[in-house]
Formats: sequence, C-alpha cells, structure tokens
Amino acid sequence: MTTAASQQADVQKEESMLLQKAMIGANFDALSTAHEEGKKVSSTFVPGNLNELLMCFDFVRNLPEINALQSAMRKKSGGYVMEAERSGHSEDVCSYVKSDLGMMAKGQLGPTGKPLPTPDVLLLSYTGCFTFMKWFELVRDQYDCETAMLHVPYQADGKITDNMRDFVVMQLKEQVIPTLERVSGVKFDIDRLRENLRESAKAEDDLVWVLQSAKNRPSPIDAYFGGIYYCGPIFSAFRGSKEATAYYVALRKEVADRIEQGLGPVTPEGVMDEERIRLVVEGPPNWTHFRDFWKMFYDEGAVVVASSYTKVGGVYDYGFRHDPDNPIETLADYCLGCYTNHSLPARVDMLCDYMEEYNADGFLNNSIKSCNSFSAGQLLMLREIEERTGKPAGFIETDLVDPRYFSPANVKNRLESYFQMIEQKKARGDSRTAA
Amino acid sequence: MALENIVERCQDLYEDLDFTSVRAWKEAGANRKVIGHMPVYVPRELIHAAGMLPVGILGGGDQLDVIHGDAYYQSYICRIPRSTIELAITGRLDCLDGMLFPSTCDVIRNLSGMWQLKFQDKLIRYFDVPQNFHRDIGGVFYTRELQGFRDALSDLAGHEISDDDIRASIDLYNKNRQVIAELYAYRSAEPWQVPTPEVYLLMRAGMLLPVDEHTQLVHDYIAAAKAVERPVRDNCRVVINGLFCEQPPLGLLKSIEMAGCYVVDDDFMLVARWLLHEVPMDGDPIHNLSDAFITYSSETSCKYVPNKKDKGKYLVDSVRRSGAEGVIFASPSFCDPALLDRPMLQNALAAHGIPYTAFKFAENSGQLQPIREQAGTFADSIKLWSAA
Ligand code: SF4
Ligand code: SF4
Repeated sequence: MTTAASQQADVQKEESMLLQKAMIGANFDALSTAHEEGKKVSSTFVPGNLNELLMCFDFVRNLPEINALQSAMRKKSGGYVMEAERSGHSEDVCSYVKSDLGMMAKGQLGPTGKPLPTPDVLLLSYTGCFTFMKWFELVRDQYDCETAMLHVPYQADGKITDNMRDFVVMQLKEQVIPTLERVSGVKFDIDRLRENLRESAKAEDDLVWVLQSAKNRPSPIDAYFGGIYYCGPIFSAFRGSKEATAYYVALRKEVADRIEQGLGPVTPEGVMDEERIRLVVEGPPNWTHFRDFWKMFYDEGAVVVASSYTKVGGVYDYGFRHDPDNPIETLADYCLGCYTNHSLPARVDMLCDYMEEYNADGFLNNSIKSCNSFSAGQLLMLREIEERTGKPAGFIETDLVDPRYFSPANVKNRLESYFQMIEQKKARGDSRTAA
Repeated sequence: MALENIVERCQDLYEDLDFTSVRAWKEAGANRKVIGHMPVYVPRELIHAAGMLPVGILGGGDQLDVIHGDAYYQSYICRIPRSTIELAITGRLDCLDGMLFPSTCDVIRNLSGMWQLKFQDKLIRYFDVPQNFHRDIGGVFYTRELQGFRDALSDLAGHEISDDDIRASIDLYNKNRQVIAELYAYRSAEPWQVPTPEVYLLMRAGMLLPVDEHTQLVHDYIAAAKAVERPVRDNCRVVINGLFCEQPPLGLLKSIEMAGCYVVDDDFMLVARWLLHEVPMDGDPIHNLSDAFITYSSETSCKYVPNKKDKGKYLVDSVRRSGAEGVIFASPSFCDPALLDRPMLQNALAAHGIPYTAFKFAENSGQLQPIREQAGTFADSIKLWSAA
C-alpha cells in the first residue's frame, strides 16, 4: 500500500464514516433521552421499515436488529444470547432475537451503554422473514405498549400482484396510520410523507450509484463489508431524512474521487492495493468477528463487488425508488420488494445478473446458522448459480451475533482454498485466452 | 371392520412411502389428478371440488434413508424439508400433479422456490394465508387468493369449478371435521380406549385417503373402539404440543403413553381440524371458506396472535377442555416457529398453574429412552402434585 494511498484512505474514512458515526450516535442519544424530552419512541425491524412514515409522527426510531449487530461488533452479544438461553430460549433459534431479549433482560442498555427507552409503539412490517413475527410477539410480551402489525405477502412467483399491494395499502390506511396517529398524537400529513419520500428517492439514487461503482476495475468499494456501512443510514432510522441525503451525496463524491484516482476499496487497514479476486456474496455477514472476517478477504486481494445483504432493507438497483406521487402504494411496493421477500428463483436470477454485470470471478455463500429466511435453500441456489455462470462457488458457515458459531481457523481455511481454486481457474482461463 | 384391521390398514398406509394408495386412486379413473400439500393448512375443499385428491406430504419420518436430501440442507435446518426433497428426488412424489407450500415458515416458503427450480413441470404454489384477521382487510385479501387458487386448479383440471362443486366438497369436509371432533372428544373422555398412536395413524390416513373414505374409516374406528374394553391405567392426562409440522416418530408417541401419560389433545395434522366449526353451505362458498379461516380457525405457532392477552389462550383452553393435567412440548429441532413460541406458551401455562415439560425431537430420532424418562418423571410429578 502506498503512503499516498494510506493518507487518502484516512481522509476518506474520516469524511464518510464520521458522518455516519455521528448520525448513529445522535440517534442513540435521542433514544436515551426521548421520554424525558416528551418524545415518543417507535421500534421496528429493518426489512420493510416505514421510516418515512414514522418520521411523519415525530417518533424517535429504534431498530432492534441494529442494536443486536452493534452489540455484536462491541463484543456484547455473546453474553446477551447466553442470557436469553438461560431464561429458556432454545440454542436452535435466531440469535438476533436472543441478543435483543438478552439485552432487555440485562437492563436494556443500548450498544453505546446508554439506556434504551421502552417503546411507545411496536411496528412490525412482517416482510421476508417469519421469525420477525415471533420476535415481535416476544418483545410485545415484555412491554405494555401499542402495536401495529403489517403483513406483507411473499413474492412467491416473482411479481407483486394487485391483491398483494391492495392488502398492504389497506392495512397501512386503516390500521397502521391510525395507530401511529393515536400513539403520537400527531395528525397524519400526506404532504410531509411525500417530502420524506422525495428525500428517500434522492438518497436511493446515490446509493445505487455507489453500489454500482463496483463495476469499475478496480472496484472503488467493497460491496459487502463496506457496503454494509453504506447501507446503514438508508436501512435504518434515517431514510427519508435530509441528513441521509447529505450523507449519500458526500459518499458518492468520495467514491467518485476514488474512481478518478484508480483506487480500490478502503479497508480498516487502508486502501486495498491490488484487486485479485472479484466476488459476489450471498447472505448476511458475521458481526462478532467482522474485522477479522473482512481481513480474510482483503489480505488475499479479494473484493466483494456485489452482495445480496445490501438489498435486505430494500432492492433499489432494479429501478425501484420511493415515489412521492403515490405515497402509500410506494410504501407497499417497498415492503414487498425487500430481498428476502423474493422467491428463490428470483434470488438466483439476481445473483447470476450480478455475477455477469460486475464481472465476478466467483460466488460465495456465507450461510448463517440463525437465519432460515436466507439459509434454507442456499445449497441449491449455489449449485444453480455455479451451473449457470460456470464460475466457482464457495460455501462457508457462520452466525450473525452468536460468537460460538464463528470458527476463525475453519473459515479462513475454507476461504483460502476457495480463493486458490478461483485463481487456478482464472489462470487456466487466461492461458486458454492467450493461446 | 375389527379394530385391529382398521389400525393395521392405517399402519400400512403410514409405512407406504411409495404412495401406493394414491397411485391406485389415480389409476382408477381417467385424467385423475393429485395435489400434494405441506403442513399446516390449505383449503382441501377446493382441491376436492376440482375432482382432485389432496395428499398431505409430511416428510419421510424415521423409515426413509435420506441420501440426497442432506446435500440440500445445512445441518442446522429441521428434517422435514430434506426428507421431502428425498421423496421427490427418488421419484416417490411423481404421482403428484401439483404441490402446495403453505405460509407456515421460511423453510417451507423457500422449499416452494426449490420446487420451482427443480420440478418446473408441476403446478407449484406458495399458499399465502393472511396474518390479519379483519374481515375487511385480511378477509378481502384471502378471498381473492382463494379465487386465484380456484382459477389455477381449474386450469389444471381443464374445466370450471362451480360453486355447487365447492359446496358439495365443503359438505364432505364438514362431515370429516365432525367425525374427527367425535374421535377427539371420545379420546378425551376415555383415553384408555383410544390410544394416541392409533389416533395419529388414523389422522395420517386422512392425509392420503379420499375424504369420504376417511370419514367412514374414523366412524368405523370409533364404533370398533367402543366395542372393546381396554384396561384403564393410572396415567396422567396431558396435551402434547409442537407436532404441527415435522412429524414425530411413532415410537415417540408410544413412549409418552408407556411413560404413564394419556394424551388427551394434540396438534397433529391440523389441516383436518383447522376450521373450528362447520363451514356454511349457503351463500358464496369461497367467501365462506375465507370467512371460516378469518373468524374461526385454530391456532398454532405459525399464526399471529393480534392481542397480547390472547397469547397461549388456545393451549390453556385445550387443557381445560380436555381435562388435562399438564402439557408436553415436543418441538422439532431447529424449528423457529415452535421454539420461539414455546416460552410464551409456557408463560401462559405458568400463569394458570399448569405444569409442563419440554424436549426436542427430529422425525428420525432413534434414541427415545431419554424422552420416555422425561415423560415418566413428568407423569410422576403430576401424580404427586395432585395427591398433595
Ligand atoms: S431469521 Fe434472519 S431475517 Fe429473520 S430475524 Fe433472524 S436474522 Fe433476521
Ligand atoms: S419443522 Fe418448523 S421450521 Fe421446519 S418446516 Fe416445519 S414449521 Fe418450518
């Protein structure tokens, strides 16, 4: 790595990462003081979150998955998971749920150490994962607050039907919005929603631009490990806010600069020197050993050019944008379109597209023990993708926030042999081309 | 028919992983079609009204050697999808013209996609039911889904399915529900007369036989069971919960009874007991089926409970109704719905002073001794408790 590149990396890291860090920190602060300041708090999940709508009612917004993953990155989730298991939860079930419940049992301190408030409303967008429904019931059991449940049907045949959309719209209009009005005491203003949606669409444009910048060689971003940071604001409490729009403008500019300078992705150790392997990755990351895990890639010159996890809170790269002209319908389409609400064949098609469009050398599946929504069927997906693209596929197994299921030596070994296989295949391909 | 013959017939059906009875039904008439469905619930009335045979596909149990299926699933996913894939890959499901995957959980949901990728020549349908139980919202959605399902079935059948066809099927399934309710009431009143492994086999037979034949079989069983006298044991009375999807090995049910427990209610084959009352025969039959689901359907871990105070109520009610003294939770390993629900159900039981015990199983669990011991200890503690 050149010194110039390292300096550049530090500068870039400061600009975008600090902005995001400040946003997240401010939100945890706002949550910790919300009730003192007379504000109401909502709690909702990432996929299908209705952030623009919640903002219309001035809720301070809490997202349990973000707490779980932040706790994992701060090495706290292991204790929370064990706490939940001690109180009767099975070792077999989703560790996000257990981390959240364990955190509540241990005094409800957020990842930054500040207290998390009891929510005033629990909003479940039941999108793309059955476990959310159980998680929601379990959390509801602990609180005495209002609840709103939005059932989002599954896109089993790869399309959104009128019946699906109408069903979601009806629930929004007749149940979700009136509940949010009642809890917040704020009257619903559709123009305010339109305004938020307009901001969302701007940020979505920039996010897509950033994600698609990975089509460049070298890719200026890592679309999995880095991509997760880039998606942070838009997947969580900020989509629809002016801060999020500003964040994505800044990020886009940084990435554009990197392209201009021919630089690779910024990693925790600076800019990646040489891009040797381009990968498409399916599945969520491991959060408990996030940095070690990432290092196993960049040390080998492997960069992720596209990933499905960065679509879990919304699929934008096929053209969907929040549409201020159809404010309620667009919320329905957004919820219906999140990645895990797509059928397996649609997921396979999407990943094969990525393999081609992003010129990937291989397809890697990180299978997550916790997550049936992602994991069930992945072995067949892997074979399909390998067959259709002719590119080598690799399979590793980890977990989201349960550190007991991340075996560094094992994952590293598997990755190293997989990368070797890709390099050999590339070399054979290159020599054939040369001949 | 004598009791042993009925039980033997059910046992033969249960053990026949080649679906011989289904193949025979299909060959007995021209252009007959069969639709398979996974647990928990599909409206079998519509399949029947299309002139087709609905067949419950419940995995391979402990009799099937899973050779290919394990290559499709990671070790941390339950057993039923891998043995179901095994059944399909080994050609045993070739007799099916379609397959339905109800919105039970993410595993079954994703299995529908695996079928789409692997068996494209069949009717494959993910069957979404609403988790919103307002007639004007969830009811409207579900009525339209049912209409879409009716259209897909008529395309496959090559003819319209009339309202009268559906009414006639509703009638037959109402009768089936009624006789099953009688069976359950009889078991709950005199559990020594109606051993649960036999109830299980009878219910499994209903996943394969045409509905009228099954109704008759259950009638015959009740009559035959009443005609014999079986010894009354000093067993405690339990409800068993968690068996709504992946199937327990038959030996597990036998172990529970041998350990000193009479099972007086269960959640086997809920498709047959999902609608809690008769579905009305007059009026729009699609609307009636939809309304039955929305307003008087059963409950299990796959269904959302809109009000916190109602969580677990169905299980407490089941205990009260059947005069049970405790609950045994038998949950499939790696089953998110059952295992995430269990602590909430346990809380509801605890609030009513109802004792419970819990263990996990897999459809191919071979080691039943620990389960038998646990059930035995539970039975003893209940007896001690009631004696105190
Ligand atoms: S099962 Fe997967 S998608 Fe669902 S809550 Fe757990 S991690 Fe999230
Ligand atoms: S056993 Fe549980 S997790 Fe497995 S398919 Fe059935 S409901 Fe789903």
